Amino acid sequence: MKKEFKVISELIDNKSKVLDVGCGNGELMKYLHENITQNIRGLEISKESVQNCLSKGLTVIEGNAENDLKQFPDHSFDFVVLSQTLQAFLDPEKVIQELLRVGKKAIVTIPNFGHWKVRLHLLVKGTMPVTENLPNEWFNTPNLHMCTLRDFFNFCKERKIKVFKSLALKGEKTLNINTNNISLRNLDSQLGIFLIQN
Amino acid sequence: MNKLSNIKNIIVNGPQKLDCGKEISNFPIAYETYGNLNDRKDNAILVFHALTGDQFAAGKNPITNKDGWWSYALGPGKAIDTDKFFVICANVIGGCMGSYGPSTIDKNTNAQISTNFPVITINDMVNAQFNLLEHFKIEKLFAVIGGSMGGMQVLQFVSNFPDKAQIAVPIACTSSHSAQNIAFNELGRQAIMADANWKAGKYNEDKTNPDKGLSVARMAAHITYLSKKGLQEKFGRKLQESGDLKFSFDADFQIESYLRYQGSVFVDRFDANSYLYITRAMDYFDLSKQFNGNLSKAFENTKTKFFVISFTSDWLYPTSENREIVIALNAIGADVGFVEIESDKGHDSFLLDVPDFLETLGSYLKTNYINLNEKRI
Repeated sequence: MKKEFKVISELIDNKSKVLDVGCGNGELMKYLHENITQNIRGLEISKESVQNCLSKGLTVIEGNAENDLKQFPDHSFDFVVLSQTLQAFLDPEKVIQELLRVGKKAIVTIPNFGHWKVRLHLLVKGTMPVTENLPNEWFNTPNLHMCTLRDFFNFCKERKIKVFKSLALKGEKTLNINTNNISLRNLDSQLGIFLIQN
Repeated sequence: MNKLSNIKNIIVNGPQKLDCGKEISNFPIAYETYGNLNDRKDNAILVFHALTGDQFAAGKNPITNKDGWWSYALGPGKAIDTDKFFVICANVIGGCMGSYGPSTIDKNTNAQISTNFPVITINDMVNAQFNLLEHFKIEKLFAVIGGSMGGMQVLQFVSNFPDKAQIAVPIACTSSHSAQNIAFNELGRQAIMADANWKAGKYNEDKTNPDKGLSVARMAAHITYLSKKGLQEKFGRKLQESGDLKFSFDADFQIESYLRYQGSVFVDRFDANSYLYITRAMDYFDLSKQFNGNLSKAFENTKTKFFVISFTSDWLYPTSENREIVIALNAIGADVGFVEIESDKGHDSFLLDVPDFLETLGSYLKTNYINLNEKRI
């Protein structure tokens, strides 16, 4: 399983109610189902992935976070997870609001556009960065709103969203992010994992 | 000898109170079963049929000698696998395949009940079929499954009996018949009633049948079961074998002769009065109205796990209406999965060979049976 999912699962309390937004083929859901909680639902835009999840017995709804989160009542989940898709939405701000309305807490992970390889690529080559984590070209990337770890911190601060836990993935290592080391983490980590609440 | 006399049935003593206020008692419900009920009695599935279906969902229909209406989905090794599950399917009341309906003979008059049959509802159909659980001494079904009107029965069943099914799969249906649905049904009814042979429903007394009216009803309905794209690809403007326009009102186009054929084979197997009663029951179906406009209330306290399925090209029971069910279930935190299956085959997709649908449904049932019933032991 992806290291990212292992870190996410450690942030989720046993037997809590979880919604995985953009659950893909249900890898995280299946792990959570077997190890943390039975009470888990998924939302996924790809029909093929939804069929795949349902075939595995996972409870998944075909839909899109921008339109279909509104059917869930306020705070109807203990945790709502959004893994590496915030940057692909037309309106990420609205999606974050919806995550925090539907979930008592939200776990959001972000591919870090501030990573040194990304910065170096643009600086040296002068073309849009293509890395292992961001493998698409500018013309076919689904990512409309790339951000850095610092951008996301600032975003939460301005909206008074509480950040309970912020972790960075640097290769296989999990590191804490705090105000003292944010500049470094924003440079050396590929991924940020944030536990947030309104 | 009546060819329906060999059909399996139970006699419900009742009395059962109907939504119209009348009571019925000592009436037959005809059914068929597939597969075997296991010792734990936890592998039973109740399948509900659609408007013109019957209890013969799989295998050969002994009355029509055609394949059962759900042969693609139901049988040994199929999505609803009868090697694993025990499947019960009953003819709805109001139907014409041995269950209590307008063509049942009234013992007092020795004539068909015809239009003296009470107007029934989806709720009445479901309550009548519930007696089959007692008959088979099944405490809890593994699943209730149905498409179209069968899906409406699934919703009504779970609403009426929240602890009697582990899984509910409503397919290509709605929680409330739309104006368009009612309009098409009314068109069919008017076609039947406009046939001089209908004789206010008493056609059987004169040994006639409103075949023309029933056939037109079927032709119109059949169009609603297909998609524009499906029709265009299958028929386009293709002509009959002569290859030329005949400048007459004969069937020039293949689509015309196809529809005429559909109409003509339908009248051989279906009773016109049953068509009136069952379409009426569908039109009256409005589950949210039963709960003062709050569909979620219909499913309050349910422990059932739902799987709602719609099809992209189904314009009769479109995805948006199926989604309403999902939304209502999510509003109360019920366990509901949903997918819209890609298919050009229109509303009829659920009856046809649509691999994505059949594979997903099959794996869903098998995995959930293991998770819910086998892992427990």
